Amino acid sequence: MTANLTLLIIVGVLVACGVYLILERSVTKMLLGMILFGNAVNLLILTVGGPAGNPPLRNAEAADTDMADPLAQAMVLTAIVITMGLTAFVLALAYRARMLTTTDDVPDDPEDADVAGRREREDPED
Amino acid sequence: MSSEFGVLAFLAPLPVLIPLLAAAITLIFGRRPRLQSLVTLIALTAVVAVCAALLYLADRDGTTAVQVGGWDTPIGITLVVDRLSAVMLLVSSIVLLVVSVYGAGQNIRDGDERQPTSIYRPTYLVLTAGVSTTFLAGDLFNLFVGFEILLGASFVLLTVGATAERVRAGVAYVMVSMLSSLIFLVGIALAYAVTGTLNLAQLALRIGEAPEGVRNAVYAVLLVAFGIKAAIFPLSNWLPDSYPTAPAPVTAVFAGLLTKVGVYAIIRTHALFFPDQGFDTLLLVAGLLTMLVGIFGAIAQSDIRRLLSFTLVSHIGYMLFGIGLASEAGLGGAVYYVAHHILVQTALFLVVGLIERQAGSVSLRRLGGLAGASPLLGLLFLIPALNLGGIPPFSGFIGKVALLQAGAADGGWLAWVLVAGAVVTSLLTLYVVALVWSKAFWRPRSEAPEGHLAMARPANLVEETTDVLYDERTDPGRMPALMVAATTALVLVGFALTVLAGPILGIADRAAAELDNPGVYVSAVLGDDQEAYR
Repeated sequence: MTANLTLLIIVGVLVACGVYLILERSVTKMLLGMILFGNAVNLLILTVGGPAGNPPLRNAEAADTDMADPLAQAMVLTAIVITMGLTAFVLALAYRARMLTTTDDVPDDPEDADVAGRREREDPED
Repeated sequence: MSSEFGVLAFLAPLPVLIPLLAAAITLIFGRRPRLQSLVTLIALTAVVAVCAALLYLADRDGTTAVQVGGWDTPIGITLVVDRLSAVMLLVSSIVLLVVSVYGAGQNIRDGDERQPTSIYRPTYLVLTAGVSTTFLAGDLFNLFVGFEILLGASFVLLTVGATAERVRAGVAYVMVSMLSSLIFLVGIALAYAVTGTLNLAQLALRIGEAPEGVRNAVYAVLLVAFGIKAAIFPLSNWLPDSYPTAPAPVTAVFAGLLTKVGVYAIIRTHALFFPDQGFDTLLLVAGLLTMLVGIFGAIAQSDIRRLLSFTLVSHIGYMLFGIGLASEAGLGGAVYYVAHHILVQTALFLVVGLIERQAGSVSLRRLGGLAGASPLLGLLFLIPALNLGGIPPFSGFIGKVALLQAGAADGGWLAWVLVAGAVVTSLLTLYVVALVWSKAFWRPRSEAPEGHLAMARPANLVEETTDVLYDERTDPGRMPALMVAATTALVLVGFALTVLAGPILGIADRAAAELDNPGVYVSAVLGDDQEAYR
């Protein structure tokens, strides 16, 4: 099996961009990063399934070599559907976050800051 | 063979099917909360019964594979019931049933009208189906689908009501979980590229022929994905951040089950991929760090829910310890410890829900005098707390002894370091629960720094409540009988793990023996003629 180098490089670039965006604080940017990453993985699965050009289904007489791997395509379909559902959910969350806080940023955990600042508060002399 | 096999083939899909059907029914009856509760309870009781039957059959007959729809192995979807998955199924279904009773008790007391129960119950059932799918999956992609089902449901449960705090925690949780799923998907793609199959049994056959470096790369990617879900130390920071914001029953289920699903996936792939020895060292080191960092984090907390979330992370380390030893005794200890930890951690979170009602707070800065106010609550907290710390008669002690023995039998210096680390963690856990006991239960409330404050009314699914003076609160939050009963039941089930320790450890050891010999799993799924699948 030969791998398609162009596609693999595209996968790499998409993952890099996705990771960069996921490291942002804004929910929408994180989501865009997640979508890029997701598409990169889908592309990777397709690449793994073999070369392009053939249909996944033929009549019963067709040889295996005339068919693309249907399993990879089925997996990508499932993954796309799942990613789409979760994306919709995150969009709803982002909308809700904006309604409540009027920003799109994810703040730090307040309880964490509270625990971290406790020593300062209770023992101000040091 | 034929008739018995028929029974199992009939039973195996039920832990997934029943909750999904019940979820559909409860969705239809969204406006009738009582009926919803009833359907949920019936469905989950049926699941517990089915899982108990599965465990009996699996322990008697060994590993059995069921080809769904009659399609043969590499093409069809395979469900595999072995002792490990049956134990996990039974324990998780018991926990899910008890917590749903607890949730019902809460709703009956507070009224369902203002609560989003029409969404809560169906989602809870879908979560059940997802957990069952994961444990039954005989296929890497099916495992992924199971993860996605339970994660999707958990997203909704965590953000139910969508208050500002929950949305904040929810966004972080959703992002981390989605990322781990995508990494899992990368692992699936790599495994498929190497072997051309995703059926776990066939994968185990073929991956042995792959070059060692490739095999390790695939396993490493999968380990990162499962490590995030299981909250192993460097990947665990999302957990104490997100779990405590959810409603009490939801946090209890998440704490008990979701991380263990990740641990289960690690055990399963570890057994079938037989990775490089270096990974065992990695697991041991990660286990040690998880134990220590988790428990030190717990000491600093003042919110009991966060404190327990940190102990949850910490005790995942014990399971890694057992897996990393890669011996039969180690795996057996890990399996028993998983079962013990699911029960005890869920029980503790349920008790925290009761504390919240009784005292109007879960902060150690506010609580006090609970042992006097409600001795029953004190007892309900003390038993699982001592259990978690590993005090002798309880299951925590038995599980830890099993792990320590396995570590001593291994004899390597790293194993001894972990034995020491496990003992230290156990003592520190005891210190943490003693801290909670002395502050929340023993000292008078007047001595607590903010003891004069409490929540105006008990939080249910939606937490919309303000602080009032302790003396002024409208509902002193007497604990609803059904909630207490559910918590007591779970504490008793945890106690049964002590009383029946012999048989259960026996099952765990036999499960470990199966895991130690992947040939059993492979021939159960593929049959004896395995050359055709290579």
